[in-house]
Amino acid sequence: MGRAEHAGRRGHPPDPYLWSLFSSGGMLAALLMPAVFFMVFLAAPLGLLVTPSHEAVIGFVLHPLVRVALFGLIFLSLFHWAHRFRYTLYDGLQLYHLNVLIAVLTYGIAAALTVAAGTVLWVIG
Amino acid sequence: MTDVGGEGSAVTPDGIEGRTSAERRFRNPGYTRYHPKWYRRRMPIFWWVRKTAYLKFIVRELTALGVAYGALLLLAWAWAVAQGPEAYAAFVEWLAGPWVLGLHLVVMLALLFHTLTWLNLAPTALVMKVKGRRLSNRTVVAIHYLLWAVVSAVVVWVVVAWSPGGPV
Repeated sequence: MGRAEHAGRRGHPPDPYLWSLFSSGGMLAALLMPAVFFMVFLAAPLGLLVTPSHEAVIGFVLHPLVRVALFGLIFLSLFHWAHRFRYTLYDGLQLYHLNVLIAVLTYGIAAALTVAAGTVLWVIG
Repeated sequence: MTDVGGEGSAVTPDGIEGRTSAERRFRNPGYTRYHPKWYRRRMPIFWWVRKTAYLKFIVRELTALGVAYGALLLLAWAWAVAQGPEAYAAFVEWLAGPWVLGLHLVVMLALLFHTLTWLNLAPTALVMKVKGRRLSNRTVVAIHYLLWAVVSAVVVWVVVAWSPGGPV
């Protein structure tokens, strides 16, 4: 999990805030994602569960606590992805000269999708 | 270093002229003024397919794509539910398509790989102490697996309790 990663040319360490988002997103996704993904998206198509009716699901999804929880999971998962994917491109494909561009794109995409998720979860219902 | 001590030689063996007498005298003949030559091994782009451990590392890093996909799919699901019964029915039907189901099984494997590798690394990121004594790495991993089991059980229970039909 730890990355004492390549500091920039000026020698400052990578932003600890981004690392803590990566870390907490990784832990939240590790504990929740397999069960949530399986139960919501796989159990019914695989025939293990009757697809819940719309009336049953709408009350659940629109509950304020559920919406807040969904927002937290989506937000941290996206920033977990951004940080990890950034360094995978950087190290895996050795795109050292594109460091800044990759960082702007990955964190930028995560931030934009987080804003979109917040808007969607705010306006529904 | 043929130049060193060579009194009066203004030109080094590689043809670079020194400006000052000190430069002329002490310059390493292999020195190029503006562009130091570092020794760097050239690595092929696909260095990580050569060894199982490297491949596992890259696959582990790429599980982040599965995590992001799961997050966005949850958002799409919430959106479809909020749009009304037709949108929800269309989403459910889309989930059952063979290609989508196949993709989702792959995503499921990625999510499981993420969880296993993440929890196994927990002791390197976290020091846990009880009464001043540090817990062993195995205990820390075991606690995390237990936590995972409890959280997963709660999720399963919530979803099953919410679906009126219950398990098939």
